[in-house]
Amino acid sequence: MQEIPLSQILFVSTALFFIGMYGLFTRRNLITMLMSIELMLNSVNINFVAFNKYLFPDNLDGLFFTLFIITIAAAEAAVAIAIIINLYRSHHSIDVEDATEMKY
Amino acid sequence: MSNYLYILWIPLLPLATFVLLGLFGRKYLSGIAGIIGTASLLTSTILSFVAAKQYFFVDGKVNGVFQKIVALKYTWLEFSPNVSIDLGIIVDPISVMMLVVVTSVSLMVHVFSLGYMKGEERFATYYAFLSLFTFSMLGLILSANIFQVYMFWELVGVSSFLLISYYFNKPSAVAASKKAFIVTRFADLGFLIGILILGFYGGTLDIGLLIERFTSVHSTQFLSITSASFLGASMLTWGLVLVFMGGAGKSAMFPLHIWLPDAMEGPTPVSALIHAATMVVAGVYLVARMFPVFSMDESALNIVTYVGAASALFAAVIACTQTDIKRVLAYSTMSQIGYMMFALGISKNGGENGLGYMASMFHLFTHAFFKSLLFLGAGSVIHMVHSNEMKDMGGLRKLMPITHIAFLIACLAIAGIPPFAGFFSKEEILTAAFHENKIVYGIALFTAALTSFYMFRLYFNIFWSKEAPVAAHGHDDNGHESHGEGPWVMKLPLLILAACAVGVGFIPFSQFVTSDGAALETHVDVVFSIAPVVLSVLAILLATSFYKNQNGKSDKVAAAFGGFYTAAYKKFYVDEVYIFITKKIIFPFIGQPIAWADKNIVDGFMQLLAKTTSKISELIKGLQSGKVQNYAMYFFGGVAVLSILFIHIWK
Repeated sequence: MQEIPLSQILFVSTALFFIGMYGLFTRRNLITMLMSIELMLNSVNINFVAFNKYLFPDNLDGLFFTLFIITIAAAEAAVAIAIIINLYRSHHSIDVEDATEMKY
Repeated sequence: MSNYLYILWIPLLPLATFVLLGLFGRKYLSGIAGIIGTASLLTSTILSFVAAKQYFFVDGKVNGVFQKIVALKYTWLEFSPNVSIDLGIIVDPISVMMLVVVTSVSLMVHVFSLGYMKGEERFATYYAFLSLFTFSMLGLILSANIFQVYMFWELVGVSSFLLISYYFNKPSAVAASKKAFIVTRFADLGFLIGILILGFYGGTLDIGLLIERFTSVHSTQFLSITSASFLGASMLTWGLVLVFMGGAGKSAMFPLHIWLPDAMEGPTPVSALIHAATMVVAGVYLVARMFPVFSMDESALNIVTYVGAASALFAAVIACTQTDIKRVLAYSTMSQIGYMMFALGISKNGGENGLGYMASMFHLFTHAFFKSLLFLGAGSVIHMVHSNEMKDMGGLRKLMPITHIAFLIACLAIAGIPPFAGFFSKEEILTAAFHENKIVYGIALFTAALTSFYMFRLYFNIFWSKEAPVAAHGHDDNGHESHGEGPWVMKLPLLILAACAVGVGFIPFSQFVTSDGAALETHVDVVFSIAPVVLSVLAILLATSFYKNQNGKSDKVAAAFGGFYTAAYKKFYVDEVYIFITKKIIFPFIGQPIAWADKNIVDGFMQLLAKTTSKISELIKGLQSGKVQNYAMYFFGGVAVLSILFIHIWK
């Protein structure tokens, strides 16, 4: 089987990253924003795995980093959702535009 | 060398009491605060007597000379390997002697206050402050480092401030406490500069080392401090005079005495403790502590002598005219401290020439007892009459027999009538003055006569003069039935102190406390003591004829003195001079320009900073939009810029 070149994988991960970034900036719903952040994290994961596999096939560092990032991302999602729930309780909305108490 | 570490407990116990009563006293312990304070002080007193016995009779003496022992030394603040502020305990004849004086007088005052201050709302606070004062005074005495002396010096000042303003809803007491604090603080500024001068040239702040370095004529420190000069006097003179200025402020020497008479606004037992027996002699103690250094400098000693002699005479003259009994006692205190000061001033260090030093310490010792007795007696009288003015008193001898006898003993003691305590110490001061300086001797002799006169003026005005006042049988301001002489806790200290005023003169003081530690051969020459005793007796007789009955003679004499009498009654206008200098010279010419500069230049600069900051923040506050996505945008923008920088410029 023809091996997929590294540049294509990097293309995918870059695309994923900017899709996430686009979502983060344009969406006003906190849950969607959280999902966009997850997309960006996953693009990083792809990078880790790809570089590990193509450049340093003898090491496992990238794989382990990926595992850690997945774990942390799960925890982070839990925390973020907790925050969002609290926000909803106090503001009756999860729109970021509605929570602007901390502005000047 | 034996162990004196337990001396540490003597000041620490009152400190613990202060903390306990200060924190919990008013709420939980107000009933037993007095007992707690007295009990802890009783322990301290016993310990200090134990220390005195051990030092003077067991192991203080080596080859017939009392040693200076440093019982504890702890390096506290180290500036450089040579200069550090140590906390230490020094044990030598004067510190042990002062330990005994301070703890026993303080104990008497604690006991007396149990009766005198009973029913006060801030009873526990009062005892807390008394304990704080006792702690600071004991710390001052034991200090082995001149900076440590300074710290306790200020603590003593602040506790005196707190106690003078104990009746803080009385405006005169508040004014008096502020006056006392400011005047003594002003003097302490001199003290601090003096310490810095001595420390700079001596290269140490340790008293023992300073003395060692400044008393050997060939040491480099001594040569450098005597060769440096400022305004025509050597730095040694300056340093010592400035240190003496601090001492003069605390000891109420002319012209820094103005706070002492006003300080009588505090409760009377406080006056007995602080403004008669202990704190005001701190200045004398300081000079005595540094005496070997003072003795190296003739001009500093001369200043000590003449300031002391002038204060003694000046205060005695004023005391003859005052009508507030506590003020009479205050001026009498000032006069007696003047005695101690000039006795130090005329003394030499070591040997038989050190008679003045020993006499001064002896007088300090005896004076503490009879003067606190006088104040406590006055306290009893005031407690009964509810007034400080002589005209409200008279004929009290039948109503308060114990106070009467005690007061009479104290008056005889201060007048220097044998065999009471004051006789012995005053005799030695006069002998020393006679040998060293005839002018001072003349002043001292005259002052001794004046002392007898005004003390017996006071005595007759309180206890004789008129028939017993009706007020004593009537009702006082609060509508309570007036009490008699007070409870036994008020009589007992009077009796003990009266016994001391009779007895302590017989202590062979010259064997124990001398300038160099070696016993001094002294004898009171009978021929020599004729003159002062006869003068005192004559003065007493004069006072008797004036004041025993109201006969108007004193008014005629006062009228004959005319302007001089008025001037003395107005305390020679020293207060007015101070007010003139501060209000007419310092405030408009120094205070106001500085205030202007402070308001416009210093504050202006700060205002400018604040305004600039707020302008800038107005400009950029829009960035803080409160929109999370904007923040994320800045973040990504920043990351992008950084990565461009890293990739293209930094590589």
